[in-house]
Amino acid sequence: MNINWDLVWSSLGPILVGAVSGTIPLALASFGLGLLLALLVALMRLSHNPVFSGVARMYISVIRGTPLLVQLFVIFYGLPSIGLTISPWPSAIIAFSLNVGGYAAEVIRAAILSVPKGQWEAGHTIGMSRRQSLVRIILPQAARVSVPPLSNTFISLVKDTSLASLILVTELFRQAQQVAAFSQEFMLLYLEAAVIYWIICLFLSGGQSSLEKRLDRYVAH
Amino acid sequence: MSPTDSAVPDAATILTVRGLRKAFGQHEVLKSIDVDVRRGEVVTLIGPSGSGKTTVLRCLNGLEVPDAGIISFTGELNVDFSAPVSKKQLNAMRDRSAMVFQHYNLFPHKTVLENIIEGPVQVQKRPKAEAMKEARELLARVGLEDKENSYPFELSGGQQQRVGIVRALALRPQLLLFDEPTSALDPELVGDVLTVIKELADEGWTMVVVTHELAFARQVADEVIFMDGGVVVERGHPDTVLRDPREERTRQFVDRLLNPF
Repeated sequence: MNINWDLVWSSLGPILVGAVSGTIPLALASFGLGLLLALLVALMRLSHNPVFSGVARMYISVIRGTPLLVQLFVIFYGLPSIGLTISPWPSAIIAFSLNVGGYAAEVIRAAILSVPKGQWEAGHTIGMSRRQSLVRIILPQAARVSVPPLSNTFISLVKDTSLASLILVTELFRQAQQVAAFSQEFMLLYLEAAVIYWIICLFLSGGQSSLEKRLDRYVAH
Repeated sequence: MSPTDSAVPDAATILTVRGLRKAFGQHEVLKSIDVDVRRGEVVTLIGPSGSGKTTVLRCLNGLEVPDAGIISFTGELNVDFSAPVSKKQLNAMRDRSAMVFQHYNLFPHKTVLENIIEGPVQVQKRPKAEAMKEARELLARVGLEDKENSYPFELSGGQQQRVGIVRALALRPQLLLFDEPTSALDPELVGDVLTVIKELADEGWTMVVVTHELAFARQVADEVIFMDGGVVVERGHPDTVLRDPREERTRQFVDRLLNPF
């Protein structure tokens, strides 16, 4: 196979623009919002109030039980038929946040439960409310446990943002598709896109390692 | 105290417990327990596992909510558990005492100093500089002045428990509660921790100690309460309860601890 290097270099510009102005901000915004949502859902799921935990269970079940692509299409192509039109970017952020919220909620719930009960009791005996214990004692310890699984979620999300190309968001993969359609060099452009996704994920894995190292400073090795 | 209550506490009584009951499901763990603790007194609770002694302690600190009974501190705070109790009352009661746990329960993500000042600074809103100064003085008293920046995992069990004690002291409670403070320690580390507790008793701290260390109870306690099956079987001066008990059950328990095989 002859590699058209000129095309590789000339397409790199638009693809990187797609990554920097599309893929990366989309992933960051969705992950941030998704984590907040996940924390809320995890706490609801752990609550003794049957309404709260029931709603949380239902939400998790729907998100995990339906394809992300279908969720994306329902929001972008489905909602207009009931009079609710949302433009591509907000649609993508809503869909990805809801998706991260469902998966990460279970991670955070498990991480909270992994902190020994004695830590809640120690918080209680020094006079803390449950809320204070949660924020100052439990969550910092749960964070350490949840870094590896949440990194998985984040890395999956970065790749899943390529689905946003199907609802007209200008991101990495859509840029590659457009160059490919124009030049008819499908193999080359799709491989180029794949390599760039891979490089982004390599950086994320590196970030995960250093975060883990930092949070491990108070654990015996 | 309610006027119908038979026991009239004298001025030095700081804790009065009457008719404390607690059940976990069908299992009655406490069947009407009475305890009085006077200022500066050391009361030890002994008894076989499952006798309810730890549950008494946990009720005093609000870690368990009793089903019935009255807990009052110095007569002014009176919590009656036969009616629903407000969170405010529970917290007021909880703040009178501080617990030292069998498994220390230090915060692993905080240094020794941070563990100690967490309550004073975050909860009691005392100035951080003052809390740190006091924490360092307390650490020096238990021989850990060089460990303030260590994390709990870097300390031995005995050192961790001494930090646990300092963390409780830093809250300036009226009452210290010790839940089997040496049961998780290697035998050679038990002495250090018991020495610290004995020194606190000598300084006049009021404490309730759940323990299996009879030698400690004999030396330090003003009163020994022997519990079995959720009731107080026998109580009195350690010389009586531990050397010459009236009740057969007490005698058997003490014998088993002194001659395990």
